[in-house]
Amino acid sequence: MKSVFEYIPYAEDAILIRTTDKIMPFICYQLLAYKQVIEEKYAKAIIEVVQSYNSLLVVYKCVIEDFYTIVSALQSLEVSLSVMPTTARRLWEIPVCYEKELVPEIEAFAMLKSMTISEVVALHTAPLYTVYFIGFLPGFMYLGGLDAALATPRKATPNLQVPKGSVAIGGQQTGIYPSPSPAGWHVMGRSPVTFFEVANEPPCFVQSGDQIQLVSINEQQYHAIHQLAAAGVYVPKSTVI
Amino acid sequence: MSGMMHIRTAGMYTSIQDLGRFGYARYGVPRSGAMDQAAAKWANLLVGNTATLAVLEWTMLPPVVQFSEPTMIAITGAVCTPYLDGVLCAMNQRIRVQKGSVLRLKNVIKGVYGYIGIHGGFDVPMCLQSRSFYKGITTTHVVSKGNQLPYTAYTEGQAAFAKLSSVCFSGDIAVLDCYQGIEYDLLPAALQTQLKHDTFVISDKRDRMAIQIEGELRNTLPSMISAPVLSGTVQLTPSGTLLVLMRDCQTTGGYPRVLQLSTQAMNVIAQKRTGMTIRFRIQTLV
Repeated sequence: MKSVFEYIPYAEDAILIRTTDKIMPFICYQLLAYKQVIEEKYAKAIIEVVQSYNSLLVVYKCVIEDFYTIVSALQSLEVSLSVMPTTARRLWEIPVCYEKELVPEIEAFAMLKSMTISEVVALHTAPLYTVYFIGFLPGFMYLGGLDAALATPRKATPNLQVPKGSVAIGGQQTGIYPSPSPAGWHVMGRSPVTFFEVANEPPCFVQSGDQIQLVSINEQQYHAIHQLAAAGVYVPKSTVI
Repeated sequence: MSGMMHIRTAGMYTSIQDLGRFGYARYGVPRSGAMDQAAAKWANLLVGNTATLAVLEWTMLPPVVQFSEPTMIAITGAVCTPYLDGVLCAMNQRIRVQKGSVLRLKNVIKGVYGYIGIHGGFDVPMCLQSRSFYKGITTTHVVSKGNQLPYTAYTEGQAAFAKLSSVCFSGDIAVLDCYQGIEYDLLPAALQTQLKHDTFVISDKRDRMAIQIEGELRNTLPSMISAPVLSGTVQLTPSGTLLVLMRDCQTTGGYPRVLQLSTQAMNVIAQKRTGMTIRFRIQTLV
């Protein structure tokens, strides 16, 4: 059978493994399983394997002497679509406050979508989002699964700075800013959870392949959880899936 | 005995850097590390360190620093004239520093990033296995006037008269060796020819994240879904500018990756000033 993976030299010390150019959960799981096998087998030779929607970037510690030898070694580890990742994937319950007292922007967003605030909240909290990978900012999750009715083109003029925890929608995507950041997406909620903590090892509790269930909370709950999170003692509820 | 390097004048975007933060791209953490890694390595090797220790990096405008304890230092990278306690000394050579010595770097004539290596390296806190400053990872991203940077005092070791030749300055090379990027094949032939043969000018939009190149490469490449990038990746934006990603770049990006600079070319372009010209020489990786 012809392999679905394509191997392309990326740099003197890196090879890109590319698969179907689609955003689909099963591709994410297949890449994750493949990544785990590579990391296990070549722990000593590689710096890391960086996952994205449809590719793995394998970064080696040394310059690659012979591309074809390395590629055939990788090919012997290829996993089929039916193989699931070996580590437990988790479903995380992430509290988000959508109240206009805390996040005034939600009114403008609901107006833009010709919906009520509660309709927006219902649509945004309904799906189980898949964490495809973490990138852009330390701890920023690329989530898949946004309800098409909420998709909104990015802002023409980005916000100069949105607060840590801002939940936003841009195009077909939704995400949570783990630190204060300029933002081209429409902010419509805020989560009290800390998604990236430099003092922790690993610094993120979420990993590629995990799932996210957003749970609507009120402003009092937001402040209560925020206090715990700021003290470093809050861990969101999770179950193994 | 612990010493402190006291920052009397901070210079511009002066920071502590080692070779970078490896293995955290999966959490969205940039690699960081010295912009001219060859110069940073020399700064370490000259004073007897392993190449990976933390050095001080400055940008165009050097800092003025004072040492609380004796040690040995080396100055590499951007070409300047160092004075220790008012006495002219040399770059790319070991320099003995006494208790209370003040180092001034004058007449920066070439290059952008300069380095001060110190025996034993700067002992600032390690964050995610690296001492490289980066906003949000380390407590500060630049050093400021009055900061104290810790090191271990060192009184042994001979001052050496041997020095590296000026060839060790990365920035003199005009042609950047690079490889075809992942999306290179999507470029129309005319654009590929332009990349191979045109001369490009370094713009004034440059920092530790990226160096933008002047000019417009008109293209109709489709936007792509976010994919991994590394420092040295050259992206082509929809507006037609080339963006050379540098050490503090994000871990993933959505613009087509048209070229990948060689390890050496990254050090070369880091030292190119605004207005200088470069050409790309595309080599094959396989």
